[in-house]
Amino acid sequence: MQNFGKFLIFIGQLFVRRETFVTYVRLTLNECINVGYNSLFIVSIVSLFMGAVTTIQTAFNLVSPLIPAPVISLVVRDMTILELAPTIIAIIYAGKVGSNIAGELGTMRITEQIDALEVMGINATSYLVLPKIIASVMMYPMLVILSGFLTIWGGYITSLLTGVMTGTDYIIGIRMEFIPFNVAFALIKAVVFAFLIASISAFKGFYTSGGALEVGQSSTAAVVSSCIAVLLADYLLAQLLLG
Amino acid sequence: MIEISRITKSFNDKEVLSDISATFEKGKTNLIIGSSGTGKSVLLKCIVGLLKPDTGDVLYNGRNFTDSDKEIQTDIRREMGMLFQGSALFDSMTVEQNVMFPLNILTKMKPAEKLERVNFCLERVGLENVNKRMPSEISGGMKKRVGIARSIVNKPNYLFCDEPNSGLDPQTSILIDDLIKEITVENDITTVVVTHDMNSVMEIGDKVMFMYKGKKLWEGSNQNITDTDVKELNDFVFANRMMQQIK
Repeated sequence: MQNFGKFLIFIGQLFVRRETFVTYVRLTLNECINVGYNSLFIVSIVSLFMGAVTTIQTAFNLVSPLIPAPVISLVVRDMTILELAPTIIAIIYAGKVGSNIAGELGTMRITEQIDALEVMGINATSYLVLPKIIASVMMYPMLVILSGFLTIWGGYITSLLTGVMTGTDYIIGIRMEFIPFNVAFALIKAVVFAFLIASISAFKGFYTSGGALEVGQSSTAAVVSSCIAVLLADYLLAQLLLG
Repeated sequence: MIEISRITKSFNDKEVLSDISATFEKGKTNLIIGSSGTGKSVLLKCIVGLLKPDTGDVLYNGRNFTDSDKEIQTDIRREMGMLFQGSALFDSMTVEQNVMFPLNILTKMKPAEKLERVNFCLERVGLENVNKRMPSEISGGMKKRVGIARSIVNKPNYLFCDEPNSGLDPQTSILIDDLIKEITVENDITTVVVTHDMNSVMEIGDKVMFMYKGKKLWEGSNQNITDTDVKELNDFVFANRMMQQIK
């Protein structure tokens, strides 16, 4: 509870003694490249394979003359939109971006760079962390959209290459019984997960003390805590919005 | 002028600073000396506000820093420059960007004016043609000088240096000491230096405060530091053989 209280105070610090708007715009754009553009490769690779594996496994489990082939891609689509794209990619995102944020801030802490900002009269929390959170909240939903597209596309390519179903059946399944709210639900989850990952990782990094060993520990703690928070939030959002 | 009165600070019931009062004068290099672990750096962090003392006050030209709200503290902090032990340069920025950083954030100067000021400060600390280099590409001594340039670029009224000579060779140490002294006199600012380097004490110690186990044991100048009866100070001053021979 003490840590949670400290975390809330930390979040409160983001919005006091801010610098100029232009400063934040510049910093946020830089962070967008760090957290968004630099995550494109890993998100793309994971998504393509996720789609491929999901298609093959779903086809393997739905072997029955009573189940039409398009159901396979329908299952892939709903799994992708509801869970795989927002949540599994969030775990990958926590591993890549979360550890990076914690490592960067932890190193800045132990090398006194954060102290240097404070002595200059700059609110280091706001200056360093707010752009990371804003960039994360802006970029992660885009990554989720990309991931959803690539996962479904990966499934399509796999169905063509392996012959588990025809391309036409796959497209029919993708269009079947589509609920637009599922996309909105995925994007709501993406925004919440992005905030949790960026803020928890920044919190862990910002309060690092000691040396290189502790920076590594902070990075690990950031990933672990972010993943747990994401899974908890996933359950709560599902209960609230779909339950 | 900076006044500190009755500063105490404890960590987990262990008292690190005990009832310390002192005055740091304008236009002079004020040194806080003592062995490792005596609380020098903690005291400096209390003075600049990186740590909040348990009791006591820090006054900048009569303005109470410790009990002020964040806005006033920010205003006072913007009159400070600080050289950190490890230089604390921003890794992701070039030398020029590091020195320009306070100007970008704290002033509304035009780009050409900022560049002119940065070049002046880099030249002042004896660095030329390093503007585009990254901190990882320059030596420890150069990093210290960039740190000094960054700390003076915004024309501070108060300059703080935490172990400015640590990790430097004797010649570079003297150069850094001279630089600190010259900048203090030139700009008529209040400089506080935390060090355990006796060379610095003898070279630039206009006013010296000796700390021992979290307490202030002695105060004076480098002129009379060798003529004291305080045993702990004598042990510190004459710790090395060269000083013993001089004695």
